[in-house]
Amino acid sequence: MKPEDRVEGRHPMEEFLRMDRMPHIWCSGCGIGIVVTSFIEALQKSGLDPNKVCVCSGIGCTGRVAGYVKLDSFHTTHGRPVPFATGLKLANPELKVVVFSGDGDIVGIGGNHFIHAARRNMDIVVICVNNFNYAMTGGQVAATTPIGANLSTAPYGNFEYPFNLPYLAEACGATYVARWTCLHIRRVTKSIQEALQKRGFSFIEVITPCVTLYARRNRLGDGLNLLRYYYENSEIRHGADTRTLDIGYQGKIIVGKFVDIEKPTFLDCMNNHLRKVLGDKYQPWGVKS
Amino acid sequence: MIYFGELKEKKGIVNIIKDRCKGCSFCVEYCPRDVLEMSEEFNVKGYHPPRVINPDNCCYCQLCEAICPEFAIFVTLREEEEREREKEISRP
Repeated sequence: MKPEDRVEGRHPMEEFLRMDRMPHIWCSGCGIGIVVTSFIEALQKSGLDPNKVCVCSGIGCTGRVAGYVKLDSFHTTHGRPVPFATGLKLANPELKVVVFSGDGDIVGIGGNHFIHAARRNMDIVVICVNNFNYAMTGGQVAATTPIGANLSTAPYGNFEYPFNLPYLAEACGATYVARWTCLHIRRVTKSIQEALQKRGFSFIEVITPCVTLYARRNRLGDGLNLLRYYYENSEIRHGADTRTLDIGYQGKIIVGKFVDIEKPTFLDCMNNHLRKVLGDKYQPWGVKS
Repeated sequence: MIYFGELKEKKGIVNIIKDRCKGCSFCVEYCPRDVLEMSEEFNVKGYHPPRVINPDNCCYCQLCEAICPEFAIFVTLREEEEREREKEISRP
């Protein structure tokens, strides 16, 4: 937004937010609002037509994003934002579809959908806000909870191996994989901007503090303490081997952009293949003529 | 004083929407110029919103705006000040 467009008394993000729903439900010290700010800023900078951008999200704290952004958005059932986005993208290939959801939603409940969308290289952007637990339902152990963390379904500490999300995404065939914490505001913005302008399955993991459940049960302090922890323990390593990116309990967080490759998307593959098989009678879908 | 040619430091005005704030104090902690401070007053929700203590230090970096999870703080460019300063300082 240009400096002269800013007026006193009106927040510059209000254009992209449903202000009748504010204040949002996120706790004091939660980082999801920061990611939403970064997303809106990236959208403004990328110059995409807001009428051609859709946001899907599932259930959970981050699932509320679809209700707060003033774009075409859909709040789907638990774990199903990725299949919904797939359908949306295939029915109307002009749209830029963004899946904005939490870790429990994308890789916990909807893990199967996630790996298959990445395998097919659907042209969608997945922003996964990782707060290490199922926060809205009371702090249950999620697929990303580090070993040793205390949560409501693991009162003596968690003993399950957590997912390494960038490794999962890369192994399934994602073309853009990045991980940031919500303290890296400008880098998250730049990463989302790159992902919006990229064709192919883009996956961005953003680590945010969960103050009310994860931090309280583990006695880690408030949001500010967690942001300080991110500042002290995060290390930017672009292009790092994704196998080495496991996050231990209060351990080192390696952030950066790990994968950025070009690959034909699902629609490209479908059009190429069917044109080869059917010849001239096939009319390609989703190609501007 | 260092002379930077035509480059001028930008000045901003911090706007705080007090009733939207939830008092997480991220803006206070991460302001690079220490413009803000947590105040003692309460807003309608019972949180302590931040307060501007050094308005002249704000350099329009918009970090508080980017880090605020509540969309409660934003910066506008202070332009009149710049024009005034241009008149005052005669460049060599």
